[in-house]
Amino acid sequence: MKVFLKYREVWLLAAIVVLIGLISMRFPGFAAFGNLRQVFNDTSILIILALGQMVVILTRSIDLSMASNLCFTGMVVAMLNAAHPAIPIPLLIVIALLGGLVLGAINGFLVWRLNIPSIVVTLGTLTIYRGATFVISGGAWVNADQMSPDFIGLQRAAFLGIPVLSWIAILVIALFFLLMTRTALGRSIYAIGVNPTASVYAGIDVGRTKFIVFCISGMAAGLCGYLWISRYVIASVEVANGYELNIIAACVIGGISIAGGIGSVGGAVLGALFLGIISNALPVINISPFWQMAISGSAIILAVVLNARGERRQGRIILKKAEAA
Amino acid sequence: MTDTPAPRHIPDRLDKPLNAAIFSWEALLVAVAVAIFAVNSFASPYFLDAWSLSDLTFNFTEKALIALAMALLIISGEIDLSVAAIIALASTMMGMAVQAGAGTPALVAIGILVGLGCGAFNGLLVTRLGLPSIVVTIGTMSLFRGIAFIVLGDQAYKGYPSSFAFFGQGYVWWVVSFELTLFLVAAVIYWFLLHRTSFGRRVFAIGNNPVAAQFSGVRVGRIKFILFCLTGLMAGIASVLITSRLGSTRPSIAQGYELEVITMVVLGGVSILGGAGSIVGVVLAAFIMGLVTFGLGLLNVPGIVMSIFIGLLLIIVIALPIVWRRVRRERFT
Repeated sequence: MKVFLKYREVWLLAAIVVLIGLISMRFPGFAAFGNLRQVFNDTSILIILALGQMVVILTRSIDLSMASNLCFTGMVVAMLNAAHPAIPIPLLIVIALLGGLVLGAINGFLVWRLNIPSIVVTLGTLTIYRGATFVISGGAWVNADQMSPDFIGLQRAAFLGIPVLSWIAILVIALFFLLMTRTALGRSIYAIGVNPTASVYAGIDVGRTKFIVFCISGMAAGLCGYLWISRYVIASVEVANGYELNIIAACVIGGISIAGGIGSVGGAVLGALFLGIISNALPVINISPFWQMAISGSAIILAVVLNARGERRQGRIILKKAEAA
Repeated sequence: MTDTPAPRHIPDRLDKPLNAAIFSWEALLVAVAVAIFAVNSFASPYFLDAWSLSDLTFNFTEKALIALAMALLIISGEIDLSVAAIIALASTMMGMAVQAGAGTPALVAIGILVGLGCGAFNGLLVTRLGLPSIVVTIGTMSLFRGIAFIVLGDQAYKGYPSSFAFFGQGYVWWVVSFELTLFLVAAVIYWFLLHRTSFGRRVFAIGNNPVAAQFSGVRVGRIKFILFCLTGLMAGIASVLITSRLGSTRPSIAQGYELEVITMVVLGGVSILGGAGSIVGVVLAAFIMGLVTFGLGLLNVPGIVMSIFIGLLLIIVIALPIVWRRVRRERFT
């Protein structure tokens, strides 16, 4: 039991259960299975984005360009769909993934080959990618009536009673879980975050691994480009404006250390769900949606205060243990 | 070789050879600024006009005021992403004060004090609790702007007194605006503070090695706290200017300014990793960003396309010296 309580994911899960309990006191229907399924579906996109951001943050980097990447690839697939409705949707999803991959690879290349700090690179590409969306679209919107029924309908189709969007999120969670716990790449990502210098001596190509994590976050953003546009059925330059900070907030609440090396797939998913539950709950318990920003801000500060206690001076604790032994 | 006399005194800094000055970051920025200025003059007949150039300065002075303090903060190894949200909160509080019938002096005091208070809150969280500033200020960014949204919702405050309009719209002398004058005075103060005082040396020391600075008697926590307060203070001042210029407050005011301010600081040659940078560079970067956006505006380029140029400028100006150094090294080895 004690070992169990050491994991911050357990605490976060407990916090979420308490949160759902509190909301249910005001609005009993909230904890119903059907509603929670809906909350998960609403949060699916944020979960995928948070997982992409997680692998970047684990290597002591940050990707501020994810929301702009999403906006650009979303516009590309929406315009393709509007101009050529015959293109099958799976192919469009592949195009979205590849588009996101290319934009992510540009970030990764600049970080890897030119050694520019990732916060500077992605601050630049954040504005460039959104500006590029304006250039390719000419500032025009792609509206619902220009999109094909399949384009909009795919993620809403139910499979075993659960929408395809949720299935995609579950699949992505499973893939990230395998990546982080069962592959050498996943272990290298953690190693780089904990100690980049030691990683070099352990034979890990730090630069190349950073390049790969930016490709991963780019692909996650690209996939969400399609999902976002087909969910909210409008593609414009304003799509997901400022959303990059929500993604980072989900990671921080999920216990992923901005200093790198600490964090898990479960944490990222729970962090995103925490934000998703708050945004779903506010309207049903009659709190103005204008409160959401301040509440998530307070949640971020609280989360980082709590997480900091566990992270501090880990190296010395190990030494003390060794002394005691 | 046996008994070389020890040097009598060790200079505080080495004299820079001429070519070091020519290839310095500031020189690169001056060259970029001159080039953009020349292109603008050729591209638009309306550019070279005293009033046009005066309007140009309104594009950047508010952000540049914050950039001065942000430069010190980034040099010390911290960052503040909440500055735009501080502007929104301070502006909202000024709007509330107007509804309560406050006069111009009270409004200015409220704007500045709210900014200072927000900065102190950030500083306390970072220095007292030892939290990473990037995460703390992402949190306070949502919190500060969130409070503005709770107070205002989809409403706006208007009805600022006419004497309040001077700060954002007034001119000190001919085409020289109050905003520009304030920025230039603040730039001189910050230049002196960073490059001519022991406080400035300590800021650099903290940025280069906080642990070593601590052991050499620098009060790292207190200095970082002061820097957060200064950044909040400048955001409060910027809030007064913007509110005065627009004459209204919405909760979405100054949205996205934080990234433009940081772009300005990094473009000015301040290392995002801390420990290096200069105020002259930041001032030049402010003018460059103003020139780019204003020049493209005269050519009817939409704002969002301008942001592509700013983003490219940021990456290219950072990447150029790195690529150039690498090419040279490859040629000589």
